[in-house]
Amino acid sequence: MAKGFVAITVERCKGCGFCVEFCPTHVLALSSAFNSKGYHAPHVVAGEKCSGCDLCGMYCPDFAIFGARYAR
Amino acid sequence: MNQVTLEIPYEIPVDAHNPVEPFLRMDRMPHIWCPGCGIGTTVNCFTRALLDSKANLDKVAVVSGIGCTGRVAGYANLDSFHTTHGRALPFATGLKLANPELQVVVYSGDGDLFAIGGNHFIHAARRNMDLKVICVNNLTYAMTGGQTAPTTPDHVISATSPYGVFEPSFNLVALAEAAGASYVARWTTYHVKQLSRSMEEVLSKKGFCFIEVLSPCPTLYQRRNKMGDGLDAMKFYKQVSKIRHGAPTSECALTKSGEIVVGKFVDRDRPDYLELLRGQMTESLGDRYAEPEVSCSC
Amino acid sequence: MHADPKGVLTGVHFLDGDHACCEGTLAAGARFSAGYPITPSTEVVERFAWRIPTVGGIFIQMEDELAASIAIQGAVWGGAKAFTVTSGPGFSLMMEHIGYAAMTETPCVFVNVQRGGPSTGLPTLPAQADMMQARWGSHGDYAIIALCPNSPQECFDLTIQGFNLSEEFRVPVMMMLDECVGHMTEKVVIPEADQIEVTPRRYTKLPPEEFHLFEPREDLVPDMVKAGDGYRFHVTGLTHDERGYPSMNVETQDVQVRRLQDKLKPLANGRALCETENLDDAEVVVVSYGITSRVAQRAIQLARAQGIRAGKFRLISAWPFPEQRISDLAGRVKAFVVPEINLGQMVHEVARAAAGRAAVIPVSHAGGSVHNPDAILKAIVEAAR
Repeated sequence: MAKGFVAITVERCKGCGFCVEFCPTHVLALSSAFNSKGYHAPHVVAGEKCSGCDLCGMYCPDFAIFGARYAR
Repeated sequence: MNQVTLEIPYEIPVDAHNPVEPFLRMDRMPHIWCPGCGIGTTVNCFTRALLDSKANLDKVAVVSGIGCTGRVAGYANLDSFHTTHGRALPFATGLKLANPELQVVVYSGDGDLFAIGGNHFIHAARRNMDLKVICVNNLTYAMTGGQTAPTTPDHVISATSPYGVFEPSFNLVALAEAAGASYVARWTTYHVKQLSRSMEEVLSKKGFCFIEVLSPCPTLYQRRNKMGDGLDAMKFYKQVSKIRHGAPTSECALTKSGEIVVGKFVDRDRPDYLELLRGQMTESLGDRYAEPEVSCSC
Repeated sequence: MHADPKGVLTGVHFLDGDHACCEGTLAAGARFSAGYPITPSTEVVERFAWRIPTVGGIFIQMEDELAASIAIQGAVWGGAKAFTVTSGPGFSLMMEHIGYAAMTETPCVFVNVQRGGPSTGLPTLPAQADMMQARWGSHGDYAIIALCPNSPQECFDLTIQGFNLSEEFRVPVMMMLDECVGHMTEKVVIPEADQIEVTPRRYTKLPPEEFHLFEPREDLVPDMVKAGDGYRFHVTGLTHDERGYPSMNVETQDVQVRRLQDKLKPLANGRALCETENLDDAEVVVVSYGITSRVAQRAIQLARAQGIRAGKFRLISAWPFPEQRISDLAGRVKAFVVPEINLGQMVHEVARAAAGRAAVIPVSHAGGSVHNPDAILKAIVEAAR
């Protein structure tokens, strides 16, 4: 069971890749799919590793992703 | 905005929301900044600093000048002022003096604050006006198409320096220290945690505080100089940055591809403008001095 | 409401125009000024710097006129009544921020003690050559109010009125003194505070969730808020919609820019400030303002003594220009004589309003002194012929 989760607003993403690169547990990868503006948004490839640290949220210049820990 | 999410292998709580959203005018999203631009990243850090500082957001005002970073004021869900080019600091000076209980944050770019607004910067620092200045430094005039800024390093190609920049550039942190700033730090958009902490620190520090944030401009700075995209800039920051708290600012000049010294360089206590004013007037006028009540119900 | 007695120096004084203007700002409720030294206007803020610490306010000497002219606007959005003061080159430097005040509908006052130009020109000597600059100096379409006192007493009275109009219409107001009026010393009577009417800021009574910063009321002027009151508003010099959000399109531009002009229409005619004398039988009307109106007064007396039916029309509010009043006169007088210390500025407005129905005769003066009354008299005599 993952400690946390990330939520992605795909349509807001501009595909910079900051979240993918700097996720400490490598939860994300850029999707091959396009959003409606033609950008490749990230998707979750290893959700079980997510610690909910929200570093992706701090990096994301487009406010398109954030992470949080599950309430226990 | 569609809240479309790709398929994910776990549940997202229904009440989960991006912590930046309450700080932003979400009805104005998407913003105008390019893919890979770092201004949004600095805004994340700022909103988290506000959150952590537990500031009363009704008493925080953001003042910007003109340019890409100048648009921050328009997105911040605070009392926010998008002023004229270079004049965010004198506007903020008037705002602060009229209403000293406000926490006034000046959020602007390097061209705005240090070329057209350079004179205001040194004087606001000299006066130790109680303002928090966040300068997003992308080393160029981005909004207007990538012209040479006073921060553009040697040998860089820009729209107005097609054969390469040869003018010496400003070392912003040294300039801020020399002019009298109470607090001087530099980070890059790679250093999100440290940047956020610095921003939180200045929110509780009196006097003129200056934070420089190096930020990628893939569209107008890097493209002309074959420096890749926003992510390449972030990797570059990670690779060449050295954290040296307290480093002499004179040793922190930036070059096109050399080391980037980051950290907190100056943290000193000087009486701010209003303290000095009050002190002088009390000394000269005694009981005749009337505390300023600039903001009135009329 | 009445003036706050803390700022009112009730009594009979012997003051020059600059100092009287300063007393006007204090009586009007100004508690913030930012300035930068320039002749012949600095005395206004020198006095303010001396007076304000005992009244309860702030004067700050900024690093230049650009800074001074925007610092006052920051102060206004922080809740202050505020003004700056300048002359000549300084007025040129302030132009961008006059446009910003017009665009953001920031009530504030710019005092311009006019001196000879262009460029450094005649720093210590009078002119009236900034009249068109006051109206049109910043880029784009907008409207402002400009008042022209002709005595120290009026420097006091009209400065209060300038602040009041600025609050009522949410526009920058130009106080167009000239070096002579600024440095002329005369009796100035300052009444009791309860005899002075002060227009309060148009603060909204709506709660934040119902309030739009640039939504006009019936008089086309929007209500205001100040920073720190929980409204979380946005102010920008970009073309903006009623919420204050940037909106880069033809429709918003059209609505906004037209309203910035239209909201001042009531002032152009019905409420135009002017002083008239002997217009009923006038065949020649001398249109003048500021110090020149006092010279014109003498010329009119001399003309009357010669049997010429000369009348006086003094512009107190030069902008908005009292177009209808001049137009009405044009139908029944022979000529307008327009002396001014410039090579022809307001005379073009008179000619426009007269629309060919009366002769319009400029009496120009390049600056540095006032007219000789004989020069104006000569024009009146020729016009009457």
